[in-house]
Amino acid sequence: MTLPPPGRSLDKEELRRHRRRARRQFLTDSLILWRRNPLMIIGSLIILGLVLVAVLAPFLATHDPFDQILADRLLPPTAGRWFGTDSLGRDIYSRVIYGARVTLAIAFLVAAISTPLGLIIGVVSGYIGGALDELLMRCSDIFLAFPKLILAIAFAAALGPGVENAIVAIAVANWPSYARLARAETLSVKNNDYIRVMRVLGAGRLRIMVGHVTPMCLSSIIVRMSLDMGTIILTAAGLGFLGLGAQPPTPEWGLMVSDGRDFLVDQWWVSTLPGFAILVVVMGFNLLGDGIRDILDPHQRQGR
Amino acid sequence: MRDPSRPASDLLLQVEDLKVRFHTLRGVVHALEGVTFHLRRQETLGLAGETGCGKSVTARSILRLIEPPGYISQGRIAFEGRDILKLSQAEVRALRGSQISMIMQEPKMALNPVIRVGRQVAETLLIHQPGLGRRAARAQAVEMLAQLGIASPGRMARRYPHELSGGMAQRVMIAMMLVTRPKLLIADEPTSALDVTIQAQIMELMKDLIREIRTSVLMITHDLGIMAESCDRVAVMYAGSVVEEGPVRAVLKNPRHPYTRGLLKTVPDNANPDQPLFSIKGNVPSLLRPQTHCRFAPRCEEAFDRCREEVPPMYSLGGEHQAACFLHHRAAPARPAGGVGAAEAG
Repeated sequence: MTLPPPGRSLDKEELRRHRRRARRQFLTDSLILWRRNPLMIIGSLIILGLVLVAVLAPFLATHDPFDQILADRLLPPTAGRWFGTDSLGRDIYSRVIYGARVTLAIAFLVAAISTPLGLIIGVVSGYIGGALDELLMRCSDIFLAFPKLILAIAFAAALGPGVENAIVAIAVANWPSYARLARAETLSVKNNDYIRVMRVLGAGRLRIMVGHVTPMCLSSIIVRMSLDMGTIILTAAGLGFLGLGAQPPTPEWGLMVSDGRDFLVDQWWVSTLPGFAILVVVMGFNLLGDGIRDILDPHQRQGR
Repeated sequence: MRDPSRPASDLLLQVEDLKVRFHTLRGVVHALEGVTFHLRRQETLGLAGETGCGKSVTARSILRLIEPPGYISQGRIAFEGRDILKLSQAEVRALRGSQISMIMQEPKMALNPVIRVGRQVAETLLIHQPGLGRRAARAQAVEMLAQLGIASPGRMARRYPHELSGGMAQRVMIAMMLVTRPKLLIADEPTSALDVTIQAQIMELMKDLIREIRTSVLMITHDLGIMAESCDRVAVMYAGSVVEEGPVRAVLKNPRHPYTRGLLKTVPDNANPDQPLFSIKGNVPSLLRPQTHCRFAPRCEEAFDRCREEVPPMYSLGGEHQAACFLHHRAAPARPAGGVGAAEAG
């Protein structure tokens, strides 16, 4: 049998060109959407600034953040001491700068622990279903029944104070929302024909879950994660404030706010300036997360 | 198609008295009521019938892919002598894709949109031969695409499903299903989502490939034209059971069951385009009650009392032709109604 020509097919170069153009189009569209959203620009700049500050902390700091000069305690902001000093005579500006490292590490590690955990639980629960689904989801219901901060406090209290334990506590309090999301995506994907085809071909559950279901969940999980960053930092600061997170002398922002409580009226800068750092960074993450969601939303791309 | 000189005993698949039920809110749906048929090696059997008669359920039963609330309540599906219904999960998985494959109706829905098609074809091989290695699997996949008449298979392998036309997607699908050279291919309306010009191309390709790798085919279709073209034998299903079975020519030229006759009359007559389209009166019966009589009787113009009281057995009509209709009660029963037994009758 001679085959009819299967239509004019694009040659290799042409195809590559098309694909490259599509990719460039996607990027320029993203850039345009980014530029049109001033809040997102602000958010991105704040987070970029946070990363830079964390990386360049030794160069930006004017003093050693741990250096106690009791003679200089509770100095107000001046030209030499930009943010003043705290009750032990440590330079608050330098401590805020180093605090960026702690904050970033907490946010990153919590995301790195709770996201995969939630993803795995959600996909397994949604794909296998039945009694296992029921069990895992009721479990997540129990976690979701408590406010996140309360739950994190409970875990941190049980594990004992410390940055590492705070990270674990927040991650444990955080996974159910990712699990729910991943489960919902899985349920909508699992009845697609291409999943059926994999089963017709004799693929096992693990292969289908890892190779065909999980990739479909990733985009919404990433958006959710970027939106959650602010909350994670806030929770970490909250734990630090309550003495359950970072321990002195760690330059953690929540802890610094707590340190300044006693001097709030007369030496306002001790609490306020680290608190302001928390405010700015959390706002930055929220604006960025909102912006990412908007940019990845295909409806936004049409007709613009 | 089958080489007529081969002996008639080389059965590949034997489905006997298969019953499938679905538990729904409105009651138990008796989707299959004792389906019996067989398929020889390198033979193409057409499974015809209107929507909802149980063709696809039959196909999925063979792969044991009936999902709750459905279940197989009775029957035997012997594949090379082994009863598929008695195998363990792992054994069934080993059969799927390597020995028995199924082509889906909607090729574009059946390919994962975010994976390049070459990798999808290669994955079939890797499922069953994990030691093969990605590179070798990919090479075989590309070779398979070439066999399906794709002009530049290497380039095709790097594309994503959305870049393909329906016909191309179906070729990829066929490649995916045949790359492991299965012994049985189930084709569930493989061309009904394609337009007519592509249909013929795809059917030709499939026929060639099937002959080359010596696969038996269970062709599910409601297109009687395709059936006449590509099948050796046909089984006509109505409301969950096979009502007529026989060589394709005998059944299409000389249908012996009133339902088959009605079905053939529904094909538009190109010679008399002004003639109104024929349709069988009445509706498909509710499957909520188990079969107690001929399910076609309420719509049958030739029905008599016995049709409303008993389930008709298969009557042998000479050769391999048989029909489940009391109109042929003088003929010897090929097998008792809904009963077990070889469908081989002389």
